[in-house]
Amino acid sequence: MIKDITIGQYFPGKSPIHRMDPRVKIILTAVFIVMLFLSKSIWGLLVGAAFTLVTFFISRIPFKLMIKSLKPILPIIIFTGLLNLFFIKTGEEYFHWKIFRITDEGVNTAVFMAVRIICLIIGSSLLTYTTSPIDLTDAIERLLSPLKKIKVPVHELAMMMTIALRFIPTLIEETDKIMSAQKARGADMETGSLMKRAKALIPILVPLFVSSFRRAEELALAMECRCYHGGEGRTRMKQLHMSAVDGIAFVFTAFFLAGVIALNIIL
Amino acid sequence: MAVIKTENLTYIYGEGTPFEKRAVDDISLEINEGEMIGVIGHTGSGKSTLIQHFNGLLKPTSGSVYIDGERLWDDKARLRDIRFKVGLVFQYPEYQLFEESCYKDIAFGPKNMGLSDSEIDKRIKEAAAMVGLKSELLDKSPFELSGGQKRRVAIAGVMAMKPKVLILDEPASGLDPRGREQILGMLKEYYETTKSTVMIVSHSMEDIARYADRILVMNKGRLFCLDETEKVFARADELTAMGLSVPQITRVFSKLKEMGLAIDKEVYTTPYAVKLIMQRLGADQAKG
Ligand SMILES: Nc1ncnc2c1ncn2[C@@H]1O[C@H](COP(=O)(O)OP(=O)(O)O)[C@@H](O)[C@H]1O
Ligand SMILES: [Mg+2]
Repeated sequence: MIKDITIGQYFPGKSPIHRMDPRVKIILTAVFIVMLFLSKSIWGLLVGAAFTLVTFFISRIPFKLMIKSLKPILPIIIFTGLLNLFFIKTGEEYFHWKIFRITDEGVNTAVFMAVRIICLIIGSSLLTYTTSPIDLTDAIERLLSPLKKIKVPVHELAMMMTIALRFIPTLIEETDKIMSAQKARGADMETGSLMKRAKALIPILVPLFVSSFRRAEELALAMECRCYHGGEGRTRMKQLHMSAVDGIAFVFTAFFLAGVIALNIIL
Repeated sequence: MAVIKTENLTYIYGEGTPFEKRAVDDISLEINEGEMIGVIGHTGSGKSTLIQHFNGLLKPTSGSVYIDGERLWDDKARLRDIRFKVGLVFQYPEYQLFEESCYKDIAFGPKNMGLSDSEIDKRIKEAAAMVGLKSELLDKSPFELSGGQKRRVAIAGVMAMKPKVLILDEPASGLDPRGREQILGMLKEYYETTKSTVMIVSHSMEDIARYADRILVMNKGRLFCLDETEKVFARADELTAMGLSVPQITRVFSKLKEMGLAIDKEVYTTPYAVKLIMQRLGADQAKG
C-alpha cells in the first residue's frame, strides 16, 4: 500500500543519538560525509565504516529498517561497482576474456566505492531516522539564520518545509482514503494499458487537489487568526539546547576524523 | 444464509512497526439478508476498519470474511465483483467527487460495472430520486452544491450500483440536525423500498436506536455485542461505562423505573415513550 513509503522516516526512540541537539546532528553528519570522502585508502574508509556501525548500534534503529532504506539504492551500488570493475584497466590482471579485463585495482575500487556509498546512506538515514522532521527544519532554520543578513528568506523557507513535512502523512492518508472510496465504486487501478491506468488516476487526483487547496486555505486562515506575520520577533516554544551528549558526540566524531586523516598521512 | 459472515477477523495496522495498532480484534459475526444493522462504538473503536473488510478493501491480518458464503481473498480477481455486491459509502463521501457534473459522477460506479448506457441512465435517475436530488441539479458541477447536496450525490453514486448490501460510514456526520434527519430518513426509505441489507455506522445512539433492527456495538476493537436494539439498551450501564450515551428517552425511563414505575420493556424511541405514557395516563384515569 501507499502507506509503506517512508518519507520523513522518523523512528521515535530514546537513544543518545535521539537525544542529541538536531543542529549538532546535522553538523556532525556533514563532518561524517567529509570524513568518508577524505579517506583515500580502504583503511581510512574502514574507520569511517566503524564510525557508521557504532553510531548505528547506539541509535538502536532496527536492522530491518536500515535494510529497507538501503534497498532503493542497491541498483546504484551495483552499477557503480560494475563500472569500476570493468573499466579500470590498470594494475595486476586477474582475469581476461575478449574485451573484459578485471584487475586488482578494479576490484579494490569497486569494493571501496560500494562501502563508501553504503556508509553514506546509513549515516544520513540515521539523521532522519533519529530526528523528527520538525526538529530537523528547526535546526536548519537556526543553522542558516546568518543568511538572513543577505536577505535570504530563511524563516519562510523553513516554514514551507515544516508545513510540507507536516502534510505529507495527511496527504498520504487522504490519497489512501480516496483510493479506497473509488475502489469501492469499482475503480480499477491495477490492470489495463498505460493510457487506461493514467486515466484511472483522474478520480484520485481531482479530489486530492481540491482538498489540498481547501486545506491550504484553511491553514492560511488559521495562521492569520493567530496573528502569524512571518518570522520577525517570533519566539519559540521549544528551545534547542546542547547537552553532555552533544559534547561527547563532538569528541567522538573528532576522534574518528583524526584517525582518517592520520591514516591518509601515514599510508 | 448469512449475507455477511466473519470468523475470528483480526486486523492490525502497521504490523511490525512501533505504531502497531490492533484495530479489529477477533471478531466473529453473522448478518442476515434484509436486516438493518446499526454499528456503534466510540471513536477509534474500529468501526471503519471493520466495515472495510466487508467489501475486500482491507485484507484481514488473520481470520476470514464471507460474503454470500464466498470467502474473500481466496481469488483476488473476484474482489471487484464483491465490491459491486457490497456498496460502501465512506465517511465524508463528498470529498471523493471528481466529475464535471453530478450525473457523470453518479455514473462512475455503474459504468465500472459495464452496464449499458440506457441502464446507467435509468439507475442514475432512480438513485437521484431516492436521495432527493432534483433533476436540474444533475447537470451541475458537484463542486457548486452545498455540503448536504454533495453528500447526497456521493451516496447516490453508490446506490446506483444497486448493491445487495449498502454500508454507510457515519452518513450523517457533520450535518445540522435537519440534514441528519433527512439523510437518515432517506436511508430508511431506501431500506424499505429496496428490501436490501443496510448497515449504518454512527456514534450517535439516538440515530441508531430509531432505525436499526439489530445493533452491533464495538469496543476497543472487540465486538461487545450484536443483538436486537432492545436487548442492547437493556445493558445501558455497560454502554455508559464504555463512554456511549444511551438515548435520552431511555435514560429518563430507566430513572423512572428506579423510582418504582413498572415498565417491562426498554424504551428507546420517543413515539413509543409517548404511547406508553398515554396508556398509563388512560389506565390511571380509568382507575381514578
Ligand atoms: N490507516 C490507519 N493507519 C493506522 N492506524 C489506523 C488507521 N486507520 C485507523 N487506525 C487506528 O485504528 C483504530 C480504529 O480506527 P477506526 O476503525 O477508524 O475507528 P472508528 O471508525 O470506530 O472511529 C484507531 O485507533 C485508529 O487510530
Ligand atoms: Mg470511523
